[in-house]
Amino acid sequence: MAAVQDAVDIRNVTKRYGSFTALDGVSLGIADNEFFTLLGPSGCGKTTLLRMIAGFEEITQGEIRLFGDPIAGRDPNHRPVNTVFQHYALFPHMTVRDNVAFGLKMKGMDAASRRARAERMLEMVHLSAFADRMPAQLSGGQQQRVALARALAPEPRVLLLDEPLSALDLKLRQAMRVELKQLQEETGITFIFVTHDQEEALTMSDRIAVMSAGQVQQIGTAREIYEAPVNRFVADFIGETNLIEVEVTRVDGDRAEVVLPGGHRLTCPSASRTGGRHALSIRPERMSVVAEAGADMLAVVERVVYLGTDLQLMARLEGGAEFHVRLQNSARIAVPEPGARIGLRIEDGAARLLAD
Amino acid sequence: MAGPGTSGGGGGGGWRPLLVPLLMPTWLTIGIFLVLPVALMAVYSFLTKEFRGGVIWDFTLAAYDQFFIDRGLFGDEPPTIEWTYIAIFWRSIWQAGLATLFCLLVGFPTAWFIATRPASQRGVWLFLITIPYWVNLLIRTVSLKYLIRDNGPLNEGLMALGVLDAPVTLVNTNLAVQLGLFYSYLPFMVLPIYAAVERYNFALSEAAADLYASRWVTLREIVIPVVKPGIVAGCILVFVPSLGAFLAPDLLGGAKTFMIGSLIEEQFKGSLGNWPFGAAASMILMTLVLCALMVYARSASQAAGQGAAR
Repeated sequence: MAAVQDAVDIRNVTKRYGSFTALDGVSLGIADNEFFTLLGPSGCGKTTLLRMIAGFEEITQGEIRLFGDPIAGRDPNHRPVNTVFQHYALFPHMTVRDNVAFGLKMKGMDAASRRARAERMLEMVHLSAFADRMPAQLSGGQQQRVALARALAPEPRVLLLDEPLSALDLKLRQAMRVELKQLQEETGITFIFVTHDQEEALTMSDRIAVMSAGQVQQIGTAREIYEAPVNRFVADFIGETNLIEVEVTRVDGDRAEVVLPGGHRLTCPSASRTGGRHALSIRPERMSVVAEAGADMLAVVERVVYLGTDLQLMARLEGGAEFHVRLQNSARIAVPEPGARIGLRIEDGAARLLAD
Repeated sequence: MAGPGTSGGGGGGGWRPLLVPLLMPTWLTIGIFLVLPVALMAVYSFLTKEFRGGVIWDFTLAAYDQFFIDRGLFGDEPPTIEWTYIAIFWRSIWQAGLATLFCLLVGFPTAWFIATRPASQRGVWLFLITIPYWVNLLIRTVSLKYLIRDNGPLNEGLMALGVLDAPVTLVNTNLAVQLGLFYSYLPFMVLPIYAAVERYNFALSEAAADLYASRWVTLREIVIPVVKPGIVAGCILVFVPSLGAFLAPDLLGGAKTFMIGSLIEEQFKGSLGNWPFGAAASMILMTLVLCALMVYARSASQAAGQGAAR
């Protein structure tokens, strides 16, 4: 990571408001041309971090560099980043075109050039026909695109997006995800995207930083974070998972042998380096229902929920832990009845021992 | 702001029979307190004056003639333009305009300051702004006169501090009248601007800064245009009563600082009054103010229309 210069280099950054610590020693590097997502529940510090990059919040401790330059002393209007605000913050007294051209005007571009560029930006977000409207005359989705065009018009080196899709309805949100990703690939601008919506993060990002309580829990691609969560928080926050307490009998590098409920032993990838009791994460869709003889674990079905594409079995393991299994809906499978005893088989590599 | 979906009350007919009785109080209030007095004033301005005050019901243009046209002391010289009253009007407009400007220069930062305090503190600041208004305007104006007179606390204090060698005469000057108007109407500037700034979305300022605008440019290009309705309301609320004010010019000013308000007031006082002339001066003042506001409203709506249609 040190070989190529990062677009944004966040070094041990801490933010305190009085006695409250919003960010606690966060370090991460965001590469140029990357679609990087800060993902976490509200209050995890992701928006604070974004606002520090934009220049709206002071850094209490640590350093942020943009393409190698420390930015601590620079006001927001002297940073080569632009922001798409959560509620768009369009200038209500200006037309759509004037909104998009505002940053260009501030940079001193002449009227004819900025008009041409604004037109081009509006074309890119499919709003050419709305250039003369006022923001209040547009729908939420259209306002969102104007905000995007406005932030992209000055050709920032880094675009910051603060939950830009959260105010849109589901259909629009899904369409915008694809569009955002395409836009990022076309423009080659580094996107830093803040969201609490894991699906959004998984579908768009090159890499994701999962944050909680002011700290980065894990950084990785969507696949890494989903399939190899390092701790309980990440496993639980991203997607659905079964967390069961198990006894670790042997640790061997990044693999560990654990005792499953019912007594079977299983060797699985491990994020933990210590023995004792730890949480084992097993995704519900990485299981299959088998005969009791060849099973890793035994369970009693309590309820079957029909989800359309899937069926969800809510079962109880030997020892009493609740366990979910997701089966793809197909005529080929036999659906167990509530009350039935079933055997569960864990796919190879699907179980993962977590650090706390 | 011409937002979509602002259709008027075209809803179901269930409450329609109630419309007239419900609107009655409004109509009565407007009728009794607005239409009737203005109509009365309009009619009186065309009547003949009675010497001990009051009017004789003879229709004449004498009041307007007296206002605009000079026919000499005995009314037998060739008519020329009467400048006396026009000069008083001009001075009034100038004084009121200046008072509005000063109120804006002080009121805007004040309103901004209050609106940007934590919500729990704003009430206290607003309360402090309105406290002087619990005291009658007359008493406050007299107090101000006491404060600024030659041997009053202001001059004495400044002399005691060695800032001044001799007292500065303020009473009976335009400056004193200006001070009185400023003091009387400042809250009318602060309150509407406060209301506008309080609703202001500070994310807009962040967006402007994010798009490379300096603080000064953000203020000029974003903040002021967005809170403009509050500024305009404040300016109207200060300018209009300043124009017709008579307490401040009467008490703090002298003959050279005479304003329309005092002129009109005198016409209705005691046996020296001239009711038709006072009514005519009021009508001229009102027409002037209305025209100014209409011109402003038209230019504002044109500007908004241009913005939407360009």
